[in-house]
Amino acid sequence: MQNNIATTLSQFIATQILKQPFRILAPNEKLISSGLIDSFHLVDLALYVEDTFGVHIDDTELNADTFDNLEQLTALIHNRLVK
Amino acid sequence: MSTFPEVLLQAYRDVPERVAIRLLHSSVPEQAITYRHLMEGASGYAYALGEAGVKPGEVVVLILEHGEALPFAFFGAVLLGAIPSIMPFLTEKLSPEQYRASLAALFKITSPGAVVTDQAFASEVILAGSGHTPPAILLREQIIPSENIDLQRSPGFGRKPEAIVLLQHSSGTTGLQKGVALSHRAVFNQLNSYSRALRLRNDDLVVSWLPLYHDMGLIAGFILPILRRIPLVLMSPFDWVRAPQRLLQAVSRYRGTLTWLPNFAYNFCAQKIRPSQLDGVDLSSWRAVINCSEPMYWASHHMFLDRFQSYGLQPQALATCYAMAEMVFAVTQGGIDSPVTVDAVDERSLVTHQVAGPATGDNEAIQMLSAGLPIENTELRILDLNGQALPERHIGEIAIQSDCMLTGYYKRPDLTEKALLDGWYLSGDLGYLADGELYITGRKKDLIIVGGKNIYPQDLERVAGDVSGVHPGRVVAFGVFNPEIGTEEVAIVAESDANDPKRHLEIAEQIRQRVNRGTDVALRYIQVVERGWLLKTSSGKIARSANRDKFLSAYRPPA
Repeated sequence: MQNNIATTLSQFIATQILKQPFRILAPNEKLISSGLIDSFHLVDLALYVEDTFGVHIDDTELNADTFDNLEQLTALIHNRLVK
Repeated sequence: MSTFPEVLLQAYRDVPERVAIRLLHSSVPEQAITYRHLMEGASGYAYALGEAGVKPGEVVVLILEHGEALPFAFFGAVLLGAIPSIMPFLTEKLSPEQYRASLAALFKITSPGAVVTDQAFASEVILAGSGHTPPAILLREQIIPSENIDLQRSPGFGRKPEAIVLLQHSSGTTGLQKGVALSHRAVFNQLNSYSRALRLRNDDLVVSWLPLYHDMGLIAGFILPILRRIPLVLMSPFDWVRAPQRLLQAVSRYRGTLTWLPNFAYNFCAQKIRPSQLDGVDLSSWRAVINCSEPMYWASHHMFLDRFQSYGLQPQALATCYAMAEMVFAVTQGGIDSPVTVDAVDERSLVTHQVAGPATGDNEAIQMLSAGLPIENTELRILDLNGQALPERHIGEIAIQSDCMLTGYYKRPDLTEKALLDGWYLSGDLGYLADGELYITGRKKDLIIVGGKNIYPQDLERVAGDVSGVHPGRVVAFGVFNPEIGTEEVAIVAESDANDPKRHLEIAEQIRQRVNRGTDVALRYIQVVERGWLLKTSSGKIARSANRDKFLSAYRPPA
């Protein structure tokens, strides 16, 4: 299931945020601290996660300390789903 | 009363327990700062800066996150007669090396007497300061408010109205060279004229998320309300961009009446706020939501109104303003006494003849939002390429004369001289006048404005040019307006000596990473091209606008 989450997220980020549909994101590629996802798009990511997985990410969690790559974001979603 | 310290002291004496600033935080309770807190907090900073050897007239750089330390340190420097300059805090995406280089550039030009920052950030400042006469470093954690207000220890009270009270910078190496130096007199002239243009009332309340290192945030969202005794509800830009609903919730809760926003924020709020986040929100108290600091679009106003009218937003609350740090802030204001004028102009006449003729129905019409009438004591002229005034509806460069002009770019008389023509400030913006109202149509200067923030293309080109594989000096950066988000996105085209398309993609990726981490913007479009692609001017310089047109026709990004 975690693989599915990661693939779905990767596709969303590449097509909707980066507008580079063929871009492949590595699981450990830095997303926030690299500036790849800029601050204007963090809220898009949170809304997408909520709509797609039913998992709420609070606005105070939208920073590199909470998650900074696909692996960490996937784990965060997975942990909240199984709870 | 004609200086900041006098006005602050009077408020402290008249209304010590009145709340001047309500600071909102995302994870801790809000904080109310009264005029007494402000005066005592500022005095603590004034004494500490004085002890550290800072002299009146010296610059004090403030690098502080959202919190009480920022207003305390700002007015503390002012009470001492020193010149505060607020710098952005290091964001998590910006590379520390790049940030340090900016700070070092700022130190070199302003020779600050002190830097105020926090414990966690002090080492960055020390590193940036090495190589120059290092400024004193004051940590906010170590400065305590002073209940004992000693005017003898606040030489700011002896400052003359024409003395410089603050510096305001744009970001980037280029922006930092142009520290706009403003006098007490210029700021008060602005506050007087602008308050009248706004019909400012005692029951007004400003709600703002704007950063204080930017003129709109500093003047409209900080100095104007504090010195005019209008309550200010202030949130952090970091919190707002992650939760834009907080702005509307705050307007509703505190009955906010005035807010300033850059154009993109209208789209951002309309697109990203969920109905569930607006339960019980009532926006009927908002009498002016003022669009300012980047090109203003009729479509953005409509998107905002459509989305929030059912929450009580009044159509006449949508207002506009044309402003710049060099004039302290506002030059014109539209939409206060009557709705913002919308001028339907003939697109063909505008594009082909540079004349904004009224729409006839034969060609496409463009809905132009008026920036309004000049505020008091401000005169406008539209100039042709030879500096001659143009008639109504003709497009040319906007020149301004007013009683709130900058003293000069700090320690850069050469740049000051270039910006002025016979006492008129040349804005670098293009526009036209119709029935006395100003309309902005474009820009003569090479400047990119992203979300209200000025970005100099040469700074982006320098960073991109450092990537290996890019032919030296063969990079061009420009903005591309995206109507969906209501602001410009940044594009870079770079020439490479390599012919391999795979190598071009690698270089493009490296440029993207370098720009994202080395500047304040996120790069949206990057195209690596073969040698000889970029167009040059007759003098051999890379022509930004011509290359922008060439890029758009060759690689027009999907809307």
